[in-house]
Amino acid sequence: MSIASAFFYLFAIMTVASAVMVITVRNPVHSVLFLILAFFNSAGLFILLGAEFIAMILVVVYVGAVAVLFLFVVMMLDVDFAELRGGFAKYLPVAGLIGGILLAQLLLVVSAWTFAPEGVLHITEPIPAVASVPNAEAIGRVLYTRYIYFFQLAGLILLVAMVGAIVLTLRHRVGVKRQNIGEQVGRDPNSAIEVKKVETGRGIGMG
Amino acid sequence: MDIGLSHYLSIGAILFTIGVFGIFLNRKNVIIILMSIELMLLAVNINFVAFSAFLGDLIGQIFVLLILTVAAAEAAIGLAIVVVYFRNRGSIAVDDINLMKG
Repeated sequence: MSIASAFFYLFAIMTVASAVMVITVRNPVHSVLFLILAFFNSAGLFILLGAEFIAMILVVVYVGAVAVLFLFVVMMLDVDFAELRGGFAKYLPVAGLIGGILLAQLLLVVSAWTFAPEGVLHITEPIPAVASVPNAEAIGRVLYTRYIYFFQLAGLILLVAMVGAIVLTLRHRVGVKRQNIGEQVGRDPNSAIEVKKVETGRGIGMG
Repeated sequence: MDIGLSHYLSIGAILFTIGVFGIFLNRKNVIIILMSIELMLLAVNINFVAFSAFLGDLIGQIFVLLILTVAAAEAAIGLAIVVVYFRNRGSIAVDDINLMKG
């Protein structure tokens, strides 16, 4: 067995095993950590396929952003997770049935197909040789020219998601002192200073 | 045995099934359901990258980038909804969410 296929089996088995752990462990924090492990191993699979830029992005975006977001939410919400696990055994048969059927169908599709001979002729953007153009540069050359509108659209989706998340979770508490800039700027000497006439030797009565 | 396209497609199929299985298994916990959806999207990404590598076409990898964007946006919005729901009801059980109707 060559080194590449040994690594393929290592990454594949680790990905599937940690995916199984994600949905079966009791503690959601452990679940998120297994999700991170699954993403790392599938990044290894992507590197084996020669898509190292996607592998990097997967680690940065999923592990660095999405999984940490999950971790924050799991730890922030004071939820009784033991109670949420009720019905685990009840749903197991129907879940196993549907999952088994789906897996059998997908594997049947995977095992019995061939490339159409004319399909191979219609390759839109052939991958250049790795020695001449690195993977990241090849993606950049296509993404920023031919797919520039899709790239901009992706940015717009992220902007909308950011605005939506902020609007959903922002709340104004009552009774919190805040800076009122309009009031601050609108101050004039009449409202800000009070002039007192002090008699000699008496001082002003404080109250 | 050499590693071919079918190996990667099988991994994608197994991961997708685990995602569906997880949604059915954890019917009450929204956070695990969101994680299962992330697993399903990961399976889709593996399929895209495998076809891209074995066909020699770069478009699959471009599409994976767009899927990653949408997945990140979906996770952010979904978790924001979970947080708001938890503030209102003090629980994240999926069974109670149908109370919002009407």
